[in-house]
Amino acid sequence: MKRNMKKTTIVLALAALLGLGACSTTKKLEGNIAIDGSSTVYPVTEAVAEEFNAQYPDVKVSVGFSGTGGGMSKFIAKEIDIANASRKIKSSEAEAATAAGIEYLEIKVGFDGLSILVNPENDWVTSLTVEQLKEMWKPGSTIMNWSDIDPTWPNEKIVFYAPGVDSGTFDYFTEAIVGELDAMRSDYTGSEDDNVLVQGIAGDKYAIGFFGFAYYEENADKLKLVGVDKGAGAVVPSFETIANGTYAPLSRPLYIYVNKASLEREEVLEFVTFYLENAKELVADVGYVPLPDADYEASLELLK
Amino acid sequence: MKLDSIEARRYIARKLKQRKALDKIFHGIVFLATMVGVVFLAVLLTKILRDGLGNLNWNFLTSFPSRFPSKAGILTALVGSVWIISLTILIALPIGVGTAIYLEEYANKRSKFYNLLVVNIANLAGVPAIVYGMLGLMVFVRLLQFGNSILSGAFTLSLLILPVIIVASQEAIKAVPSSLREASFALGASKWQTVGRVVLPYAIPGILTGAILAISRAMGEAAPLIMVGGAGYVGFLPDSPMDVFSALPLQIYNWTSRPQTEFQNVAAAGIIVLLALLLTLNAIAVFIRNKYSYRMD
Repeated sequence: MKRNMKKTTIVLALAALLGLGACSTTKKLEGNIAIDGSSTVYPVTEAVAEEFNAQYPDVKVSVGFSGTGGGMSKFIAKEIDIANASRKIKSSEAEAATAAGIEYLEIKVGFDGLSILVNPENDWVTSLTVEQLKEMWKPGSTIMNWSDIDPTWPNEKIVFYAPGVDSGTFDYFTEAIVGELDAMRSDYTGSEDDNVLVQGIAGDKYAIGFFGFAYYEENADKLKLVGVDKGAGAVVPSFETIANGTYAPLSRPLYIYVNKASLEREEVLEFVTFYLENAKELVADVGYVPLPDADYEASLELLK
Repeated sequence: MKLDSIEARRYIARKLKQRKALDKIFHGIVFLATMVGVVFLAVLLTKILRDGLGNLNWNFLTSFPSRFPSKAGILTALVGSVWIISLTILIALPIGVGTAIYLEEYANKRSKFYNLLVVNIANLAGVPAIVYGMLGLMVFVRLLQFGNSILSGAFTLSLLILPVIIVASQEAIKAVPSSLREASFALGASKWQTVGRVVLPYAIPGILTGAILAISRAMGEAAPLIMVGGAGYVGFLPDSPMDVFSALPLQIYNWTSRPQTEFQNVAAAGIIVLLALLLTLNAIAVFIRNKYSYRMD
């Protein structure tokens, strides 16, 4: 009887050990991960954080949306571990980071296609060349009416809509089209909220504006996409043309910048790994265009 | 023309009619003025209730943020707002009322220093919220090392609403009849006793009216909180004032700017929660105010 009990105890102990072993295969992580930056990248990182927390509920993840510039300033002040950015880090920001002793990884997580949009009743424009776009949007532009671009087009005033000057979207467009960061004609209607731009263009036959492809997708019935011609024929943005790079120069990459010192912490390393492993699905979930698989794998290699 | 002649009576009757008509027109104008605000508010409320009520349920109140509109919840933002507003009241009310007492009861009103103070406080009330956000980022987040925390947010919002509280409290204290103060002194009470037991209780209804306005403003501010590091996604509830936070206006702003139209309705549900919280707080303040006004009668 006593012997039996001993045996049972040993068996139970062994079972317990095995059980523990099984448990430890899913790591139990704790700690804080602070993220801030672009409001364009925010939905992607929010989706990743949501799924990450479902698996690791004890890691305290916070994601802010103070804009790419605001996020970079916090990143340089070492207030956050990861900065979301809808443009590449500026050289001035990179210098400040180096001066602060920060080494970082730049990781591409997806694409957003900046789309040029007009009203659906606009039946004269189907595409514009990069040169025409530049003439329209550059500071001091003399183009006021549609007929100034093409004499066969209506002699009506163009109404311009553009995102807020603090957004990475604005930065990227001015750099890619006008050729100079933040250079833009001044007589346009601006809004930090892209849904306001959607309403504006949807309600005005002679309007033109630009914003992220995701906003077009959700409002496709109210807007008309304009193709962009870089010299090799007009290309209309779509999941394919944005991902394969033919929609140029307005297919813009979305980034996260990770402080290398933070990567030493297990929870941050796990988070970034998780980000890259699930980005393909989550990026598409929130309306952006995922990178080719090889790019995510290459970034995962960087982490090792 | 005799006063009781038929012409005179007719004249008076005509004039009276004119004056009454004018009175009615003026009545109409001020009524219209009142209705402008009320009608806009009613339109806004109907739209928000129609869009938002469908999304408002227990799940919404108890869930964390999500990329799916149907799963997105407001819990962290609601708890964050309650934390921030409670702390803001605790910080701003004593400082604001203290300043008003000093300015009204103790300071030498003829001194240049007094004028300097009053002018500056009045100017501060007109400074845009985002400027307070930048100040909060420099002073509380970076200089005092509070970090991206509830405490930084609460201090920033406190600064934002202090001018309103100070000015309202000053007016309330000014309105206390000096006969009451003199009676108190005559009974041998010290200055401090007079302020604490006579002036303040009498001024509390006015102070609270100002506080309601100020706190309502603080509760709706998004811009300064974004500056000091308020987040949209926070996957945990704060344990202490040093934790990172989200807040209702941040979450509402985030949802309204999302491309998916379903998020607009989630935002409307968020606005209903914000309004409910606001009305609850105001109801408490009104309750306290009425209690004190009653005692004064």
